[in-house]
Amino acid sequence: MGKKLIQLENITKTYDGNMILDDLNLYVKENEFLTLLGPSGCGKTTTLRLIGGFETPDTGRIIFDGKDITSLPPNERKLNTVFQKYALFTHMSIADNIAFGLKISKKSKAYIQDKIKYALKLVNLDGYENRSIDSLSGGQQQRIAIARAIVNEPKVLLLDEPLGALDLKMRQDMQYELIRLKNELGITFIYVTHDQEEALTMSDTIAVMNQGYIQQIGTPEDIYNEPENAFVADFIGDSNIIDGIMIEDKLVSFLGIKHECVDTGFGNNKPVDVVIRPEDIEIVEAGTGFMDGDITSVIFKGVHYEIEIMAGGYEWLVHTTKYFETGSHVGMKVIPFNIQIMHKPESSDEKAVELDA
Amino acid sequence: MVKKSLSRIYLAIIFLFLYLPIGVLIVLSFNNSLSRVKWGGFTTEWYRNLVSDPTIMNAFYTTILITVASSVIATIIGTMAAIGISAMRKRNRQIMLGATNIPLLNADIVTGISLMLLFVRFTELGTSTVLIAHITFDIPYVILNVLPKLSNTSSHTYEAARDLGATPLYAFFKIVWPDIKPGVFSGFLMAVTMSLDDFSITYFTKGAGVNTLSTMIYTQLRKGIIPEMYALSTILFFLALVLLLIMNYRSVKDAKGRS
Amino acid sequence: MHNARKRLLAGPYLVWIIGFTVLPILMILYYAFTNSDGGFTWANIAAIADPVHIKALLLSLKLGILCTIVCLLLSYPLAMILNSLHIKHQSFVVFIFVLPMWMNFMLRILAWQMLLSNNGIINGFFSIFGIPKLHMLNTQGAVVFGMIYDFLPFMIMPIYNSIVRIRKETIDAARDLGANSFITFFRIILPLTLPGIVSGIIMVFVPALTSFVISDLLGGGKVLLIGNVIEQSFMQGSYWNLGSGLSIVLMIFVLISMAFMNRAGESGGHAVW
Repeated sequence: MGKKLIQLENITKTYDGNMILDDLNLYVKENEFLTLLGPSGCGKTTTLRLIGGFETPDTGRIIFDGKDITSLPPNERKLNTVFQKYALFTHMSIADNIAFGLKISKKSKAYIQDKIKYALKLVNLDGYENRSIDSLSGGQQQRIAIARAIVNEPKVLLLDEPLGALDLKMRQDMQYELIRLKNELGITFIYVTHDQEEALTMSDTIAVMNQGYIQQIGTPEDIYNEPENAFVADFIGDSNIIDGIMIEDKLVSFLGIKHECVDTGFGNNKPVDVVIRPEDIEIVEAGTGFMDGDITSVIFKGVHYEIEIMAGGYEWLVHTTKYFETGSHVGMKVIPFNIQIMHKPESSDEKAVELDA
Repeated sequence: MVKKSLSRIYLAIIFLFLYLPIGVLIVLSFNNSLSRVKWGGFTTEWYRNLVSDPTIMNAFYTTILITVASSVIATIIGTMAAIGISAMRKRNRQIMLGATNIPLLNADIVTGISLMLLFVRFTELGTSTVLIAHITFDIPYVILNVLPKLSNTSSHTYEAARDLGATPLYAFFKIVWPDIKPGVFSGFLMAVTMSLDDFSITYFTKGAGVNTLSTMIYTQLRKGIIPEMYALSTILFFLALVLLLIMNYRSVKDAKGRS
Repeated sequence: MHNARKRLLAGPYLVWIIGFTVLPILMILYYAFTNSDGGFTWANIAAIADPVHIKALLLSLKLGILCTIVCLLLSYPLAMILNSLHIKHQSFVVFIFVLPMWMNFMLRILAWQMLLSNNGIINGFFSIFGIPKLHMLNTQGAVVFGMIYDFLPFMIMPIYNSIVRIRKETIDAARDLGANSFITFFRIILPLTLPGIVSGIIMVFVPALTSFVISDLLGGGKVLLIGNVIEQSFMQGSYWNLGSGLSIVLMIFVLISMAFMNRAGESGGHAVW
C-alpha cells in the first residue's frame, strides 16, 4: 500500500465543554479502506466530519496530500462524502443530483451525461436518470448518494454509516458492492460504522474508537484475534445484533415479538439495536421461549457448541454446552438482564442536540 | 463576528418595528394628557376610570364573549371534523380540506360581506351573527392544527384499545387525546388570537349597537380615542404576554422531559 | 367500520361549511348578477371598468405587490437568522410574532398614525437632529408601511418553517460537492423553501390586495383602494349589487394570483440550470 494520503495530527475537539476528541493522531494511506469503528458518541463521526471540513478542530492539523487543509472549507477539499441519511436533494431529479458537483466544476454537457450514465451503471441503477428521489427505496437512495459522490473522482470517499438505515439483507449486499466499488475505483475509503461485522468484512484497517480515543488500530485479523483492551475485546466479538424498536422503558420489540428488558431512557417507539450475546441464549423446548426456530448448523467448538438457529428471518448464533440435532425445531430463551439495548447510530447534529439537553 | 453582529442588529430593527407601536400605546396609557403626541406626566387615571366606563366595559364584555364562545365552539366542531376528515378516503378528504381553505384564503372583506348578505336575508344582525361569523373563520385554524397530529396517532392503537374492551369514549381520551392535545390547544389559541384581533368580519356582520373593541375603536376614530382604551389594551397585552410565556415555558419543559 | 363512525364526526362541520361558507358565496354571486329588481345583469361586474373603480383596483394591485415584495425581502434574511440562532423551541419564535396581535390591531395601526403624523413622534425625533419634517402620513407610502407592519408575520412564519425543515446534512452535502455559499443558497436552500415562500406570498398578498382599514387609517381618505370602494358601497350607501359585483371581481383576482403562485411553486420546485 502506498504513501500516507491523510494525516491527522494532535487533533482535539470539544462541544460545549465536552471532550469529543482528545489528542487524536491518525493517518490514512493511499488506496486504503480504513474503518473508524466504535459505539455512538465515540468521536468517529466527528473525526470524519473534520476530514470532510464540516468541523474545524480546536487544535491540531489535518494534512491532505502534503498540504495543510485544516481550515479549508468543504467545497474546496478534493474529497467527497456519503452521508448517513443520504442527504439527497429531493427537489432535483436523480440525474441533477449526480450532476451537481460536475456542474459546479464546469464540466462540459457531454462529459456530464457520460459520467451520469457511468455512475448509474456502477451502482447498478442504469436508466434511473429522470426518476424522482421519492420513488426510490432506501438502498437505491444510498446508491445514488454514492454515485453523486464518486462522479467527482475524489481521491478519498468518506462514508458516514452509509448502511445504517438499510435492512440486513440489503446491508450485506451493499457491503460487497462497496468492496467491488473500491476495487474498481482504486481510491481511498474512510468508513464510519458501529457495526463490527461491517468493519471486519470490508476494511483493510480498522481503528476502534471510544470516548474520543483510538483504542486500537490494525488489520481486521489483528483486532479480532488480539484485542488490546477490554473495550475492544468486548466490542469486537460475536453478538446477535438485531434491529429493534424500544416500545417503552423495559419493553423492546424485534423480529415481530416483544420482550422485556432492563434498559430505560431510550424514549418510546425509538429504533434501537438489540444485542444478545451467543452465550446468553438458552435453547429450550419450542413454544416456551421468546421465539421458535430451526437449527441450521451445529459446530463443536471444544468448550461449547456453536449453534445457528434460523428464527424470525434472522440467523441467531448460540453458544451452549448441550448438544442439539441440526434441523430440530426449538425455542430460545434469554433473561431480560442479558438483552443489551444500543442506540442506533445517529447523525452528528442529533448528537449535538443530545449533548445540549 | 461582523456577520453575527449584523444579524443581531437586523433582528433588533425588525423587533423594534413590530413592538414600537405597542410601546407607544403602553406609554399613552399612562399619559396624563388627552393629546396623543405630548407627554403630560404620569397617571393611572385611565386605569382607574376603566371599570366605570359603560361603553368600554360593554365592548370588552362582547369581545370576550364572542372570542371565548366562538373559539370553544370552533375547537369542538373543528376537532371532531379533523378526526372525521382523517378517516375519510383521499378524494373526500381533499374536498373537505379545499372547503376548509376557503375562509382562510378568501379576503376578509368578502367573507364578511357574503355572511352579511346571508344573515340579513334570514335574521337580524346582532351578537349571534358575529358569533357565527367568528366560528366560521375559527374552525379552519383548529382543523389545520389538529389534523397533522392525527396522522401521527396510529389508529391501530385506538383499535387495539377498542379490541381490549375500551368504550369508544374511553379509548378516545386514553389513546387519541394525548396525541392531539397540543394541536387542539394551539388551534384554540390561534382561534382566540384571530377572533380577538378581528375587525373586518365583525364590522360587516354586527348589528347596530353591538360593538367589539375593534369596531368601537373604529367608530371612535373620528371623535378621538378615549385614553381608557389604551389602558385596557395594555392590560390585555400583558395578560397575553404572561399567558403565552407560561405556555411556552411549559412546552419547553415538556420537550425537555421527553428527550 | 370504525372509520365510518369516525367520519360521522365531520358531520356538524359539513353542515357548517354548507351553511356558512358555500351558501354565503352563492348569496354574493346572486347579488353580483342581479339588479335591484332581481333581474339578471352583467352590469355589476362590468362596473369595474368605471374609471374610479379601475383606478382603485390598479392602486390596490400596486400597493399589494409592493407590500408583498418588501415583506419577502425582509422576511427571508430574518428567517435565516432565526434559524441560525438554533432556537430549539420553535414555539418561542412563533410567540414573538403572535404576541403583537394581542394588542388590538386597530390601536396598533393608530399608533403608527401617531408615529408618522406631521407633528408625530418620528418627526419630533428627527427635529432633534435638525432633520426637516417629513410628510409621511396620508400617503400611499404610509399605507404600504402599515400593510407591511400588519402582514409581515404571515410571511415570516411559513418561510421560517420551511427553512427549519431543511436538514443540515443536505447543506453539508452541497458544500461537500463543491458548492460555495452562493450556489448552496440559490440551488439548494431557495428551491427547498419555495413552498414556504409561495404560501407566504399568498398570505400577505391576499389581505394586502383586499385591505380597507389600513388605507382608511393611514391614507386619510386620500388613498382609495378597491376594498374601500366595496366597503363604502355596503356601509355608506346601499349599492349591494354593485358591491357584490366588485367583490366577485376581487375574488377572481385573488384566485388568479393564487393559481399563478401555486404553479410557480410547482415548476420552481425542480432545479432549472
